Amino acid sequence: MRLITVAGPPSSGKTSVILRLADILREKNQKIGVVKFDCLTSFDKIRYTEYDIPVLVGFAGKFCPDHFFISNVEDAVRWGMREGFDILITESAGLCNRCSPHIRGVLAICVIDNLSGIHTPRKIGPMLKFADIVVVTKGDIVSQAEREVFMFNIRQVNSNAKIIFINGITGQGAFMLGKHTIFAAKIASLRGYKLRFTTPASVCSYCTGETRIGEEYQNGMLRKMEFP
Amino acid sequence: MINDLYDRVTNETLQELIADYPIVADFFINYNLQNLENELPFSEALNKVDENILIDFGLNKTTVLDQLVLFLQTVSGEEQTTTVQEITILGGQTKSEDVEEFVFSIKSGEIISIVGPTGSGKSRFLADIECLAQRDTPTKRQILVNGRALEDEERFVMDGRLVAQLSQNMNFVMDLSVGEFLEMHAKSRLHPNPTKVVAECFAAANELVGEKFTLQTKVTQLSGGQSRALMIADTACMSTSPIVLIDEIENAGVDRRQAIHMLAKNEKIVLISTHDPLLALMAGKRLVIKNGGVYKIIETTPEERESLAKIEMLDNTLQSIRNKLRIGDRITPDTI
Repeated sequence: MRLITVAGPPSSGKTSVILRLADILREKNQKIGVVKFDCLTSFDKIRYTEYDIPVLVGFAGKFCPDHFFISNVEDAVRWGMREGFDILITESAGLCNRCSPHIRGVLAICVIDNLSGIHTPRKIGPMLKFADIVVVTKGDIVSQAEREVFMFNIRQVNSNAKIIFINGITGQGAFMLGKHTIFAAKIASLRGYKLRFTTPASVCSYCTGETRIGEEYQNGMLRKMEFP
Repeated sequence: MINDLYDRVTNETLQELIADYPIVADFFINYNLQNLENELPFSEALNKVDENILIDFGLNKTTVLDQLVLFLQTVSGEEQTTTVQEITILGGQTKSEDVEEFVFSIKSGEIISIVGPTGSGKSRFLADIECLAQRDTPTKRQILVNGRALEDEERFVMDGRLVAQLSQNMNFVMDLSVGEFLEMHAKSRLHPNPTKVVAECFAAANELVGEKFTLQTKVTQLSGGQSRALMIADTACMSTSPIVLIDEIENAGVDRRQAIHMLAKNEKIVLISTHDPLLALMAGKRLVIKNGGVYKIIETTPEERESLAKIEMLDNTLQSIRNKLRIGDRITPDTI
């Protein structure tokens, strides 16, 4: 089974890109499954189900979404193997710009949208920096110049990634993404694999349910700002 | 080249480096390193900052150097775009899987229009060109570049650089003035003479519209016609993509004829998908699409070109009626 991780800021078009990719892969008779890692709620299950794509949804809830992802992705792969998928896609929302659910040796896609501001690629961080493919959505409604500047800003941060523009509605561009999926390595298990970047460190009192504000309530690993 | 860059990064002060590659300032901003001491070489300047800044990005004092070299290599390699003198489209199949028999070449500087009813396959045709189809899309067409078929690896490299697009759904979303916008684009293109190209581009855009705008106008405040004019001029003067795909240009105070010629003059291959008779006849040839296939290839005759002048008159009449209505005038049979 091939595994692909897809990450991107909320509402950047991850689900649409995966659905358009599914169109391409189905033409090649590939069986696809999706595991969606979300935070609190998700409406994507309906979209996948309507599309007849087997999907499982997990909610991180009060846990860091990246920690949640990494503690469950191995089981996700087992599920995919049991279901006999040719391709399993994990979809996760990067919320703190530091999220990066990309695994060494597993094809990593980052989805960002062209409407999110010209400097966004320079702010996103590891999720973009460590991706093999950067998919840019909503490029059809901005000017060519803005697309080019956006692409340049992506290259500044990640010069090795392939950049693909995809129209999430018409599917234009998805064909080339489909071509790249042949580079996704076949795996049977993720045991022993490593993340490309560390997850955010967070073992402080607020992680374990503290809500009160004040120095005496702050314990564990903390970072303090310097104020003049 | 890499060794050369390593030498420069190791020996030159940041000031010197930024003078040679102004874009390098972006690199330091990307990694929160904008406050380095400029009169020192990079590694020495790094010794004076909190290493935690680098750790946040998964870097240390050695790997950040590699990143800078990689960055320089990327930005200085950006210029290389394939020269495309000609593309050739080989027919594939229609929606009903009948053989689509044609071979059609387009040279740089040529204007081709694509006509056909909505849903006939015009967009698919443009999509085939965009992804440089090699008999592997649903239409089974093949696109040759300079007479040559392409390996997948070459297609991936060219992806996103070959084709510039213009459509009437496009907007500016940046909060910048026209001047800032053009400068930013020139900068990202690492243009050797940004001031010159910005001035050219600005002048070209104003040539295309009746209602002039200034370098200080915000791009988001431009009228529909002005935005389109700026996008066209920018694509003509600044974009390196050798192929321009146009999906209609609305008739909103833009000199469409001049716009298309501006693109073609800059040695681009111009393909226009349109329902507009003016745009369709402006091209040297037009492809008629029907049922997903190229049904006819028609060369524009001198007669048709002559009719173009009349169509333009009709078009102007319609435009003047529109303007009259807009400013609150009455319409009489004499107006027409």
